[in-house]
Amino acid sequence: MELLDPTSEISPVRRARKAPPDKIAGLTVGLLDISKPRGNIFLDRIEERLAEKGVTVKRYKKPTFTRPAPNDLSQKIASEVDLVIEGLAD
Amino acid sequence: MNLVGMNEGFVLVAKRDCQTCELVQPVVRELAVGGRPLAVYSQDDPTFPEGVAGVRDDRALEVSFRLGIETVPTLIRLEGGREVERVVGWQRDEWRALTGVNSLGEGLPAWRPGCGSKSVEPGVVDELEIKYGNVPFQARRIEVGEHEDEFETMYSRGWSDGLPTVPPTRLRVHRMLKGTNRDPEDVLGLLPPDLQPITVEKVAINAVMAGCAPEYMPVVIGAVEAALSEPFNMHGVLATTMFCGPIMIVNGPIARAIGMNSRGNALGQGNRANATIGRALQLCVRNVGGGRPQGVDRSTLGTPGKYTFCFAEDEAGSFWEPLSVERGFAKDSNTVTLFAGDGVHGIVDQQSRTPESLARTFALSLRGVNHWKLAQGADAILVVSPEHERTFKAAGWDKARLRQELDTLLELPASEVVRGAGGIAEGVPAAALGERKTIPKFRKGGLLIVRAGGDAGMFSAVIAGWGASGPVGSTPVTVAIKD
Repeated sequence: MELLDPTSEISPVRRARKAPPDKIAGLTVGLLDISKPRGNIFLDRIEERLAEKGVTVKRYKKPTFTRPAPNDLSQKIASEVDLVIEGLAD
Repeated sequence: MNLVGMNEGFVLVAKRDCQTCELVQPVVRELAVGGRPLAVYSQDDPTFPEGVAGVRDDRALEVSFRLGIETVPTLIRLEGGREVERVVGWQRDEWRALTGVNSLGEGLPAWRPGCGSKSVEPGVVDELEIKYGNVPFQARRIEVGEHEDEFETMYSRGWSDGLPTVPPTRLRVHRMLKGTNRDPEDVLGLLPPDLQPITVEKVAINAVMAGCAPEYMPVVIGAVEAALSEPFNMHGVLATTMFCGPIMIVNGPIARAIGMNSRGNALGQGNRANATIGRALQLCVRNVGGGRPQGVDRSTLGTPGKYTFCFAEDEAGSFWEPLSVERGFAKDSNTVTLFAGDGVHGIVDQQSRTPESLARTFALSLRGVNHWKLAQGADAILVVSPEHERTFKAAGWDKARLRQELDTLLELPASEVVRGAGGIAEGVPAAALGERKTIPKFRKGGLLIVRAGGDAGMFSAVIAGWGASGPVGSTPVTVAIKD
């Protein structure tokens, strides 16, 4: 399907990604474990490195990597953190 | 090579679902013999006409559309690749003259009218114009992914006021544009707050999304023009921290023609025209103008009327002059009046039987606009219901008489409204009052009176205006609705 743009077309058709923050110190960063084996080990190391930079880390885990995160988990993450890093280790 | 791939000969367009086409089947067979160059197109069934070899399938109706067929059967003669003659329906003498076959259709009636071509059926013609007609659009196209829900696409792109919007496909926008004689490329003006050009086509796109029917387009365009006018000050109406949004009052025969509601629940939900015309303007401001809540729209609380607020004055049953006439337009003019206003405040008076008593009720309610102690800030609309109007009618009070009475009653005592009076810090500054003993609640011309509502109920309503009315803020604007 094709739609006609109802806007003034002053922004690009392809929406821009959200700009990354200038610095991460002082932010709260979520680490999402998607439940792949050994993902937790990778994320443990990331957590250590982030903590060294003054970042507050919150850990989350999806029940299974085969499906998208359940809504309540996505909403919980969105309401608690500034950024999220998803662990796609394999 | 031309459309039918033939330079000399005959083209026939027919369909099975037509008695005249059925009738001429033997004639077509007769024409087809002897290698006479003949291209037969069938609109609904390629096995029709029976007994004719090589019938061409025009179920897609492309050839019918391109040949401009309105009736079947239509017989066309080509010469040098161009059409030189056509006969519509069955006319024996004409067919004979066109084909030069003088025995054609012996035994058939001399004349039978044709049937409507499938290519001009309602709805179909629009689709064919989009498919084959090179209908131009200025707006860029946004591709919706195969597994994407187009309603979600519109939400995620920020095109919605929060409610679902109708997907603005080319076909729907094309149909919407048929509701107006205006050129789609016409620029109506620069729409605040981004001051972006708004074309008739952009209005149509947003009108589709709002759920409008094409026949509402003239009203929507009128509303956009009113919003673009300098006195209305759309930028300020949007950007204010106060409540207001554009409220539309439609006058004239068009209101009835497009089925607007001016009677029971006129200010409420349930009528497509009222609901979607008001919404279309708001979507234009949002999408073309770029005005969004918590962006340039700084309203502290807003008001539900910012989704949509549009109604018609009940002129048919009224003893009073319509708003449009009061504002200088001829009787039965189609107009739209734009007013920067807040919500609806009900007036209950089930006891007054004299115009004096009822006017006092109205004045008390009107005094509450913005604040009992503020004056000259906001305009207001007084919506008078039929049962209340009846009282004025019985006493021979026209709108002007009522307004005169309200003006008198709404001369507010300076001692009551001055800042600090009554132990309330808010109020009219002493400097603004000067030596005056009273101050009018409303600026001159700031009180609009319209009649609307259901037959039963001694209830009228105040619609408060933006706290900055007139040249310092917004002035109500009435424009003529053009086709």
